[in-house]
Amino acid sequence: MTLAAATELAAATNEHLASISNTLIYSSMAVYTLAFFAYIAEWLFGSRSKVGRTAAALTAGAERKAGAPAVTVKSAGGTAVLERPKVVVRSASGSRDVPDGPGAHGGDEQGDMYGRIAISLTVLAFLVELAGVGARAASVERAPWGNMYEFNITFSTVAVGVYLALLALRKNVRWLGLFLVTTVLLDLGLAVTVLYTASDQLVPALHSYWLYIHVSTAIFCGAVFYVGAVATILYLFKDSYESKLESGGKPGGFARSVLERLPASASLDKFAYRVNAAVFPLWTFTIIAGAIWAGDAWGRYWNWDPKETWSFITWVAYACYLHARATAGWKGRKAAYLALIAFGCWLFNYYGVNIFVTGKHSYAGV
Amino acid sequence: MSTTETDKGSEQEELGAAGSQLSTAPQEETVSLPGLGVIGWARWFWRQLTSMRVALLLLLLLSLGAIPGSLIPQTGADVTKVDDFRAAHTTLAPVYDRLGLFHVYSSVWFSAIYILLFVSLIGCIVPRTWQFVGQLRGRPPGAPRRLDRLPAYTTWRTEAEPERVREAALTLMRKRRFRAHVAGDAVAAEKGYVRELGNLIFHIALIVLLVAFASGQMYKSDGTKLMVEGDGFSNALPMYDDFKSGSLFTTDDLSPFSFGLKDFNGTYELTGPNRGTPRTYQAKVNYSEGADGTDRTTTIKVNEPLKIGDAKVYLVSHGYAPVITVRDGKGKVVYQDAVPLLPLDGNVTSQGVIKVMDGYRDARGKKDQLGVRAFFLPTFGGGASVLSQFPALLNPVLNLEPYHGDLGVNSGIPQSVYQLDKTHMKGFKDTKGQQFRGNLKPGQTLKLPDGAGSITLEKDIKEWAGFEIVQEPGGTWALLGAFGAIFGLAASLFIQRRRVWVRAVRGADGVTVVEMAGLGRSESAKVPEELGDLAATLYDQAPGAPDPDDSTPSPAGPAEGAEK
Repeated sequence: MTLAAATELAAATNEHLASISNTLIYSSMAVYTLAFFAYIAEWLFGSRSKVGRTAAALTAGAERKAGAPAVTVKSAGGTAVLERPKVVVRSASGSRDVPDGPGAHGGDEQGDMYGRIAISLTVLAFLVELAGVGARAASVERAPWGNMYEFNITFSTVAVGVYLALLALRKNVRWLGLFLVTTVLLDLGLAVTVLYTASDQLVPALHSYWLYIHVSTAIFCGAVFYVGAVATILYLFKDSYESKLESGGKPGGFARSVLERLPASASLDKFAYRVNAAVFPLWTFTIIAGAIWAGDAWGRYWNWDPKETWSFITWVAYACYLHARATAGWKGRKAAYLALIAFGCWLFNYYGVNIFVTGKHSYAGV
Repeated sequence: MSTTETDKGSEQEELGAAGSQLSTAPQEETVSLPGLGVIGWARWFWRQLTSMRVALLLLLLLSLGAIPGSLIPQTGADVTKVDDFRAAHTTLAPVYDRLGLFHVYSSVWFSAIYILLFVSLIGCIVPRTWQFVGQLRGRPPGAPRRLDRLPAYTTWRTEAEPERVREAALTLMRKRRFRAHVAGDAVAAEKGYVRELGNLIFHIALIVLLVAFASGQMYKSDGTKLMVEGDGFSNALPMYDDFKSGSLFTTDDLSPFSFGLKDFNGTYELTGPNRGTPRTYQAKVNYSEGADGTDRTTTIKVNEPLKIGDAKVYLVSHGYAPVITVRDGKGKVVYQDAVPLLPLDGNVTSQGVIKVMDGYRDARGKKDQLGVRAFFLPTFGGGASVLSQFPALLNPVLNLEPYHGDLGVNSGIPQSVYQLDKTHMKGFKDTKGQQFRGNLKPGQTLKLPDGAGSITLEKDIKEWAGFEIVQEPGGTWALLGAFGAIFGLAASLFIQRRRVWVRAVRGADGVTVVEMAGLGRSESAKVPEELGDLAATLYDQAPGAPDPDDSTPSPAGPAEGAEK
């Protein structure tokens, strides 16, 4: 028994860095709160404008359907537009031809300004949080994924990172802002109150480079699945709004104000599908990486440990969703419900299994 | 949704063969009642089983079926927990037993779900493979009559000859790695076959994965061995403490090797709220492969098993084995051994039994047997505390509770070496008539009452390590299947299969009209983008001609002129 080595290890936990990390996490929460209010302001100012693109498209749709197919003309892009023939895009018949909403600001200039402020604040909060996660990692001299607190702060950082990356790629995701920041605040609140664990070393079973591979991909997949789930929920709302308009119903003022500004249900559905489909192979890889690690750590690559089982259930649920989208009678709302169930499985795998079930994944703290 | 279906149907009619076979996905058939007779029913059953709908339901069932196994204790994972559950729920346990809920993943119903699912999968893969092979041997279908009804469309007029335009288009398409050919007045091209290939590979890889996993289960062997520092082990059935194997395993499959534990070492957190949390475990071993291989030394850690032949040796548990010396009434050493004790908690409060079976004689020289219940605290907190305060040997104390009589080891009933059967044993009594107990520090000796002998705790407290020796063939195949599944999945999800047609015909006024259209399996922004790109390249080779005066540009009409 080398006590000296143990003492050295214990001392490696740098208390000072850990407290810096805590301060940074609290600061990021404060900035996220400011961003939250800026998003709210964006939505509020946006409600002044009375755009009704969806309503206009769907109520005018009756006479248009009889005539020529709806088309939007899109230039082929590039510098030599004048030199190029135009490509005419025609949406498949049967789908609603609804334009995307203008976003939370609803075309309102002041709303747009608050929206931009909100995004700037989100970027700032993201950087502060990232620094907090980094300080935490430095304080324990390992990847900051040893317990649920660390997992939570990394998870929200990655989720915001995914959102900002999509924004930077000029994808139409600005509408996600408020929903994302709200849940990030909830997630961080949970992390600092209920799940907080003082920074510490890892138990021997976690001493493996597979920790970096397996857990980082798990966190990333969770963050992307989360973005997909938000889009799916909004799709369900927007879809029922659209079908209500289509059947001549009159949706309430609040629903109208909010949903008019979101992208069309078809766009939301497509976005959710792309996001989920893009990350599904990575989720498959996460499970396989876990199995390889389990093969080294526990003696068998598949143990039906609760966490493994729930990863598998999540995988099957997302596989169901992807299949359902290609199956007549299941696509649309039913597939969306499957996507939500699948994300529910992921959530349960994270919170439920850690808290209610003991298995081989039960490590330090919760 | 039914309107969508009919619309889709009419669209299919409109496109004719052009949109067909863009995927080998099974067509949804309307459910029809089966005809009479066994064959009719069998055919109906087979159709149902291989339909997407049923496959989807089976997938859902599989995930639902996996849930109870994660919430109810499983015999495969932890037998003691199952026993505890059985004791606590006397009405529920028999019901669970009947449903196989204590071993969900090997239960009949769970197996039924996944076997049906895999039969359904095979029933889906085989026809799709044939169809795909057919598509690869055939050519992309010719252009539909009206290209302007397709999702992405463009047209312009050019002075170039139609033949030259088609030739240029064919070269361009082939350069972009489309499969292309001239069919009538148009070039037909298709790309993205890897999507289909990926899809097939993914599903085949799942089957490989399942077969590898199942064969691994059947041929595997899995045993445990507790070894005190200094002990040796050779890989043969009698050496194991506990051994499980698959149904097709034979003892000849055990790979020959031997190893010995030289030293076990554990370090623990000394301060902070997680004081006592283990930090490192390592076991120094020497091993040799084969019947008489060379001796080598290595360290086995928690994540780093020792691989010898087909077997892997894992470090799974550890504890203390105090060395005990027992002397009889005459002072003769009748027992000297390291006694492995089982840990009860995270701070390695341990429990075990010292059994002295032969050679012991009491104060009067009569033959007797000794059984001593032992509690061991690696770090004794002082006072009346009965639990260890820290997992390392900071202040070790051994608490002994000696009995004498018949241990019952000769009764033929196997008994645990960690438990004392007291039915024929009598406790030693102290002067007050109470059960005699004593605490020992290393090097101290406990004298038994009435000159019945003594028990010494030697200074050197050994540690033991528990090893799990696993042989599970098929791991490589499972890994191959797993990575095949990922690559297949990525290909089938990220690659878009699409068709492009270029039609070039001489118009009424002698000027060539070029029409291009693209069609993807699903609606995607990439298809028009790619079409625009292709059109721009082709436009360079067949530049636009001035519009005839009478053409009035309409937003969607096929006669729309080139951008000027």
